[in-house]
Amino acid sequence: MLKISSAPHIFSPVNTRTLMGNVIIALIPAILAALLIFGFSALKVLLTSIAACVACEYLICRYLLKIPPTTGDYSAVITGILLGFNLPASIPLWMILIGAFVAIGITKMAYGGLGKNLFNPALVGRVFLFVSFPQQMTTWPLPHPGDFFAPDVQTGATALGILKHLDGNSSSEALTKYSYSIDNMPNYLDMFLGNVGGSLGEVSAVALILGLFYMLYKKVITWHIPFYYLSTVFILTSIMWFYKETPDLDPVAHLLSGGLLLGAIFMATDYVTTPMTTKGKILFAIGCGILTVIIRIFSAYPEGVSFAILIMNAFVPLIDRWCIPRVYGTGRK
Amino acid sequence: MMDNLILTDFLTLTGIAFTAALILYFILQKFHTEEDPRIKDIEAMLPQANCGACGRAGCHDFAVACTKCTPQGFAKLYCPVGGSKVMKEIAGYLGMKAADREGTVAVLRCNGSCQNAPIKTNYNGIQFCRIAHNISSGQSGCPDGCLRLGDCIKVCKFGALSLNPQTGLPQVDSEKCTSCGACVNICPRQLFEIRPKGQNNQRVYVACRNRQKGSIARKNCKTACIGCMKCAKICPEIKIEENLSYIPCSVNAAKYGRQLAQTCPTGAIVHIEEKDKNND
Amino acid sequence: MTKTFPIGGLHPQKHKLASELAIIDAGLPEYVSIPVKQHSGAPAKIVVAKGEKVKAGTLLAAADGIVSAPIHSSVSGEIVNIGLQEGLFGYDEEQITIKVEGNEYAQGIDTSDKIITEIPDDTEEIMQRIRNAGVVGMGGAGYPTPIKTTVPEGKKAEYLIVNGIECEPYLCADDRLMQEKAEEIIIGAKIINKLLGIQKAIIAIDENKPQAIEIMSRLTKRYIGVNVRTCKSKYPQGSEKQLITAITGREVPAAKRPIDIGCIVQNVGTVFAVYEAVMKKKPLFERIVTVSGDTAEKSANFRVRVGTPAEFLINKIGGMTDKTAEIIFGGPFMGTATVNLNTPVTKLTSGILLLSKKSTAKEPETACIRCGKCVDVCPQGLLPFEIARRARNNDFSQLMQLHARDCIECGSCAYTCPARIPLLDYCKISKAEAKKILKKQ
Repeated sequence: MLKISSAPHIFSPVNTRTLMGNVIIALIPAILAALLIFGFSALKVLLTSIAACVACEYLICRYLLKIPPTTGDYSAVITGILLGFNLPASIPLWMILIGAFVAIGITKMAYGGLGKNLFNPALVGRVFLFVSFPQQMTTWPLPHPGDFFAPDVQTGATALGILKHLDGNSSSEALTKYSYSIDNMPNYLDMFLGNVGGSLGEVSAVALILGLFYMLYKKVITWHIPFYYLSTVFILTSIMWFYKETPDLDPVAHLLSGGLLLGAIFMATDYVTTPMTTKGKILFAIGCGILTVIIRIFSAYPEGVSFAILIMNAFVPLIDRWCIPRVYGTGRK
Repeated sequence: MMDNLILTDFLTLTGIAFTAALILYFILQKFHTEEDPRIKDIEAMLPQANCGACGRAGCHDFAVACTKCTPQGFAKLYCPVGGSKVMKEIAGYLGMKAADREGTVAVLRCNGSCQNAPIKTNYNGIQFCRIAHNISSGQSGCPDGCLRLGDCIKVCKFGALSLNPQTGLPQVDSEKCTSCGACVNICPRQLFEIRPKGQNNQRVYVACRNRQKGSIARKNCKTACIGCMKCAKICPEIKIEENLSYIPCSVNAAKYGRQLAQTCPTGAIVHIEEKDKNND
Repeated sequence: MTKTFPIGGLHPQKHKLASELAIIDAGLPEYVSIPVKQHSGAPAKIVVAKGEKVKAGTLLAAADGIVSAPIHSSVSGEIVNIGLQEGLFGYDEEQITIKVEGNEYAQGIDTSDKIITEIPDDTEEIMQRIRNAGVVGMGGAGYPTPIKTTVPEGKKAEYLIVNGIECEPYLCADDRLMQEKAEEIIIGAKIINKLLGIQKAIIAIDENKPQAIEIMSRLTKRYIGVNVRTCKSKYPQGSEKQLITAITGREVPAAKRPIDIGCIVQNVGTVFAVYEAVMKKKPLFERIVTVSGDTAEKSANFRVRVGTPAEFLINKIGGMTDKTAEIIFGGPFMGTATVNLNTPVTKLTSGILLLSKKSTAKEPETACIRCGKCVDVCPQGLLPFEIARRARNNDFSQLMQLHARDCIECGSCAYTCPARIPLLDYCKISKAEAKKILKKQ
């Protein structure tokens, strides 16, 4: 039987599922890097996080909202991976369950599911854990690349953490315990490859950048947000470095350290919680960059990316109202 | 020290609250507009559906119109949702006289159910009658029949329309229907008509809008009107144009209804007898 | 330098299966059914009766008013029926059915291939010939050409743009016409130039038609004032507004016509029809139709008499296959799906496509993920997602602010939406609603 349908009759091969699938593929290098660097515990954290997020969404759809489960679009998988990426490898697994519930249950499904949430679910999950369990969330196991089953007994500090504590706020006991010393600052190559302490997904810059290129090639995202975000951070830290506000961390180290690359490539480019127009995206990215630098340098927290993105998420509806494209045939002389 | 801190906090916050209240108060004063107090009272009497069936932008607009019109003008105003009851109430409040109107209800002038007009083509588009109407004659092939995609159901604010799973057609709940006319306006094929509820709640109408020749129309739908003139012989008021019969509202359903429905060879004429539940 | 429009656009797969195939004559079917309305405006008034003998080119129906066009017989034979028949959309339309007998042409029609280059001096005479030949815009809108080539008082024509873009996938009719009738098209452009009182014409060709560009560039050297411009291969480059912006850098203001900024766009098919009408005195009763699709056994570019049923052409290329799920008149972006195989080819039919279930599969609509792709591709700079969201909730309060009526219905948004939201349908609903509001005002 022939069918009737309205125009257009053909569709782009890209649908929500393939888009999300491509993001997952882009995340694979970083996953591999995490497994390589932190070994078995990284695998545990990631699997728990993914399983918890998917299960949470499935159960809420099935029993609370009584709608067909929307887990098939893979968005919960991405949230799971990203949440895992934002956790240290040594975190107790039950905390991940709480984080997953906050991410999926409260941040995403309570707002109406995919596409309706205002804030990035994975980031809210991370920030919730961060303010609830600061001790466990900032205990970074040292990298042990190559040795898959090595236990995470040694703990170290992130480059940003070292800097914060060198301000003189910490006791000398803490400084020695966590080896907060300028001598322990990782070099560029270690930071680039990921041979440093930190959350699972944020350590290896090269893996994240590979993912970025894959997403750009597949046209999952445009270059605007990562570019403007990173260049804003680079320019601002350069100025501060020049005026000796951050004596020990130069702009390049700022780019490579902490969750900046992870945030700029995977978090700030999340479709749902970022502006829809190119103009809006640029504004959003610059806002994120400014807030990141302010939080990193002037606040009590060593890391500012998650807060910066979440704060800018709240501005998205406003930006969307403001940055509408010019309609053809209007407003030009 | 502790006491002081609490006291300072308390005083500061109270101060902020007080200042904010003051600012709000003055802004309210500055932007305050005088409105006829009767408008509010009339609005309270109206159903507050804001459906626009009265021809005004909403209930507030209707209330404004009520307060501003002359007694002659008032007779022309009518809220179909509230009906005569509400109009009498408003009239009493304003000291005017409401014109008597008969209760009305929407009827669907198509009987092309899944059984009578089976699906012939596979419509694979958006579930909107307005789009389906523009790109095809519909799944049954009848160019004037119900598309069965339910734009009317979506637009009805009173839940009076529902899709009958057996027939596939929307059905009107005459008790909930306020004859606001939203379905009449949205249907791309003008299948709805607002008709008087009729004597003893009896109505008779032609449930077909197909103007094709009888033989062609019947190919797509068993219950199409074929313009056979049999109904016109029973009741001369009935006019048949372009192979289609139309029963005017003036035809007495209680008197002719049953006879008309039985005479119609295709079953296009529908006679509705409802039990009087409201004693209204 | 290749030109293009600045906002939006996308790059669908081209599927130009028929671009290498020369135009062949489709031949004569047993019956043709000629609709009396093949243009925008009033239907033509029938001037013949059942039983009359006609020849190809005989007037069947005369233009009714200014915005209308006459309809001619496309074959010789006997009129066997005049009446309502099921048309493209499944609705009844007035058609004249002719039983084909022989292949004779009405008097005065020059059927030779000889290229005539001397353009008549009298513009009134030229206009009359175009009007009598029933030439309409063959790009799809079907606006009568005589009106379009008349410059309204107070306006000035500056550019004549001949639209050879054909940005819809599969379609190759214009491409082939430019390759095989290049000189005729150039002369046709000169004729329209004369009517407009200007010297210059620009033939815009999509960069994915290198042969057409080559042939046209070579021939235009002999004709002063006619130039070829290569445009980027991007959908919807062939849309009138987008083409004007690409060529001239100007934008047609909202709710205005191209002539308001001095531009006139004519499809190559129309220009060729103008040439035939003026130089050969041949009414518009045949056109080039691409029959193709991913389920077609082979593709073809046919020269088809108006009124030929679709089934006749489909059978010529081997008929439908089991996989054919949708038959489309026109391109896959803006065309119309039909189930009526008897639908006749009209002056506006650029292609008949047999598409598979796979390529036309409408996946179920899912939630908007705010990816912004619809905003990125919209060539008009609209916010399709916002228009759709409001239309779904029957909220039409912001239609004017959202510029819903500036939608050109190109379908880019619905094509690209990863959540498969039928954005174009919602935009069409909003557009209809906006028109209602404007009417009220």
